[in-house]
Amino acid sequence: MPAAPIRRRSLALGLLLTCLPALACAGQSTPQRMPTSTVTAKVDGLSLSDIAWLRRDGFGLDNATLARYRQLGRTRFLDEQLAGGDDTLPPQVAAQIRAFPVVNTPLPELWADFRERQKQYKDTPAGPAKDTAKKALAQYRRGLEQQAAQAELLHAIYGGDQLKEQLVWFWLNHFSVYANKGPVRVFAADYEENVIRPRALGKFKDLVMATLKSPAMLVFLDNVHNVKDKTNENYARELMELHMLGVDSGYTQADVQQLMRVLTGAGIVPPRLAAREGRFARIPPGVVREGLFQFNSRQHDYGDKSFLGQTIKGSGYAEIEQAVDLITQQPACAHFVSQQLAEYFIADKPAPALVDAMAQTFQRTDGDIAQVMRTMLLSKEAAAVGGHKFKDPTRFLVSAMRLTYDGQPIPNAVPLVNWLRQMGEPLYGRITPDGWPLDSASWTGSGQLSKRFDFARVIGSGRNRLFADDSGANAANDPPPGAPDLQGSTLYRDAIAPRLSDATRDALAKAKSPMEWNTFLLSSPDFNYR
Amino acid sequence: MNRREFLLAAAGAAAASTLSFSGRLFAAPANTPRFLLVFLRGGYDCNNLLVPYGSDFYYASRPTLAIAKPDANNPDSAVALDANWGLNPVVRDSLYPLWQKKQLAFIPFAGTNDLSRSHFETQDHIERGEPVGVSGNYRSGFLARLSGLLTGVPAIAFTDNLPLSFQGAARDIPNIALKADPKAHFNERQAAILAGMYKGTSLAQASADGLALPQSISKDLRDEMVAASRGAPSAHNFAAETRRIATLMRDQYRLGFVDVGGWDTHVNQGSTKGGLANNLKNLGEGLAAYADALGDAWNDTTVVVLSEFGRTFRENGDRGTDHGHGTVHWVLGGKIAGGQIAGEQMAVTQANLFQNRDYPILNDYRDVLGGMFARLWGLNASQLQTVFPQAKARDLRLV
Repeated sequence: MPAAPIRRRSLALGLLLTCLPALACAGQSTPQRMPTSTVTAKVDGLSLSDIAWLRRDGFGLDNATLARYRQLGRTRFLDEQLAGGDDTLPPQVAAQIRAFPVVNTPLPELWADFRERQKQYKDTPAGPAKDTAKKALAQYRRGLEQQAAQAELLHAIYGGDQLKEQLVWFWLNHFSVYANKGPVRVFAADYEENVIRPRALGKFKDLVMATLKSPAMLVFLDNVHNVKDKTNENYARELMELHMLGVDSGYTQADVQQLMRVLTGAGIVPPRLAAREGRFARIPPGVVREGLFQFNSRQHDYGDKSFLGQTIKGSGYAEIEQAVDLITQQPACAHFVSQQLAEYFIADKPAPALVDAMAQTFQRTDGDIAQVMRTMLLSKEAAAVGGHKFKDPTRFLVSAMRLTYDGQPIPNAVPLVNWLRQMGEPLYGRITPDGWPLDSASWTGSGQLSKRFDFARVIGSGRNRLFADDSGANAANDPPPGAPDLQGSTLYRDAIAPRLSDATRDALAKAKSPMEWNTFLLSSPDFNYR
Repeated sequence: MNRREFLLAAAGAAAASTLSFSGRLFAAPANTPRFLLVFLRGGYDCNNLLVPYGSDFYYASRPTLAIAKPDANNPDSAVALDANWGLNPVVRDSLYPLWQKKQLAFIPFAGTNDLSRSHFETQDHIERGEPVGVSGNYRSGFLARLSGLLTGVPAIAFTDNLPLSFQGAARDIPNIALKADPKAHFNERQAAILAGMYKGTSLAQASADGLALPQSISKDLRDEMVAASRGAPSAHNFAAETRRIATLMRDQYRLGFVDVGGWDTHVNQGSTKGGLANNLKNLGEGLAAYADALGDAWNDTTVVVLSEFGRTFRENGDRGTDHGHGTVHWVLGGKIAGGQIAGEQMAVTQANLFQNRDYPILNDYRDVLGGMFARLWGLNASQLQTVFPQAKARDLRLV
């Protein structure tokens, strides 16, 4: 068989892509391969465009979001979010997060406990006691990772500032860490709550510096092992390639090695010192400590470095800030970060003009993330109806939870963590530092779709363990009896029904029970594209 | 066997789609080549799998990581394959028997000329199969293009997500992870309604396949896993997965892909014990189990194991190795010309290192796989150019 089918396919794909954003297609024929909608008039003050915008701005709609948006209008609503102060959670959910040991225990203590348990296991003599100890250790280790992931998912689902919540996930993924490497699982919750979250809407270089100094990143990308005369270039390379510049932006292998030299000595405080943090702290000159971060001047290469065409004089810790500043000032950095944001929020192939506008804002504002987001979200692309971006599993899960439970707290978030793992996008579970892919095609294989329908059923049926405690019994909180009533909800009436495709309407009409109805809605193209 | 016969046979077979919505999967034609690509993601350290024990430079470069020269009195020494090369003893019970049966060959100094030393770029580059410096279709994989040229060669990826290797095909190529048993959750009426919502969209085929595959596979696995699970491998190891894969590759599919992660050993990688050794053992046992579970079908099977790059020849300051260049690819199969170290070779010395750092690449994977595909499926020169543009197909006569 000749290669013709491949070419045809490429052509069709190309056509589809050139039609993005959807508004650009006005006047041309509708892309044939998307579901067709019966467009109805705007409902209760919200146009289809408002709804499309809100579905990009946040993980998914709930009634509280719609109410606030109606009250403020788009621009004020956006500016309120960009101010970023609001991490409002229902009190019950806030208490739930605070109750996780990984959140409420000081990091040095948590780390010491982790090492102690590892040591105890190692010291246990072989035999049945060791087998028991092995199971206990595995359970403890799993618990750390699971708590961290629960905390982030609860924020994502219940957080009042949905734009910020999406950004927190985006940055966690952009500066991805893998829980299963060394003690990273100990640091994961701190990484989300204290490193990424407070800076998700701040200056990009502050975010980079915070991740650079985080124990999670220092361990994950091996900079703890990057010391004078025994160097390790792993972090230096990924800092440029994945975090700041992108792979074809013109830096060389020599730049990687120079940056590696700049980064020598940036590591974490030795456990012995970490345990008595604050007390007897006599910090030698040239050494910088911040939490568990330590810049050890004795392990630093003080030679001058020639990096990205500039000379960085050997001066110690200040070289690192100088290098990060220098990278941030590269036009490639502004463009790379803007491109990634637009790919995640707007379209697989965002319009170049949009990315350019975002990059200009980035350069004008010294990499102010909130301002870049403002440029993006006030663009026409952000409000285009009929988006072609297929939700990744996290977006699917969080939006399905927001629609189905609409702010009602769940006592047990463990199943969410497991579902996400089964859908192939676990938090802190990406082994490679590139993070989960941002494009639709990575999530639309048949195996993926099959999983998505399965979890639409698990969520939509109400037959799950979100309201059960560890023993399997239902918790005291009133569990919803059976399948939630999505069909009768105002959220469905106001934000979903007006834009349903004919095929989805037909499917819903064939549902024999609320459980089926919910499963079909959550499985539908209408729900899964944005 | 005449590898062109099946093309003629297959041409007459109705094989427009491997899946019918309501029914079972169609069986693939019997006695046709089976091909499985095993991708080791992370850049495995080939020098501690295929040990160049004849090289003094190897021992000088790896004071803590080197594997001892073959020695009958030392169980932790390399298993000699020939006068220069030996195997890490952790695969003595799994891979070495295959080598002895001439069902396993290694191609050292193999890989791609991509020099980014980035996992992600090099993996993508390999999966796209395009020459370095050419950025053609970013979402077109070489296995997808190969699949488009073949009739009666149903393809499948045994992964959570469709790998780039299989992206961009004209038809949906299904993917299903077999790390655990898949289950079907919808009855036929529900599945038809769900698929109906995607009818006419670009996800029509994928959603229909996705709904049909678990129904079909879970039944097959229930029936057949009982027979295949002797030795009862634990659910977590690769052997359990490859036995499930074998069930499908034996009866329904001919072109498969699976990946194995965890090879990026920058720190404390170990030699005959430790992280890398455990991974190699797991991999070796998985491949041996695959051969075993396929039964007679192993004779029509070719397995290629590759990784995006090798690692630095010298160990680093952390008893690990960093991103390198050339690596060692493996070829396995019941009737291959195994028991040999294949392809262009050179002495393992400091002078021969690439950039005084890594193995050079003498065997471009596109040339080697191109030559192999030509023999397996009788592809002509222009078809090979579709699969690997600008490659110079080279037949190592392994299959």
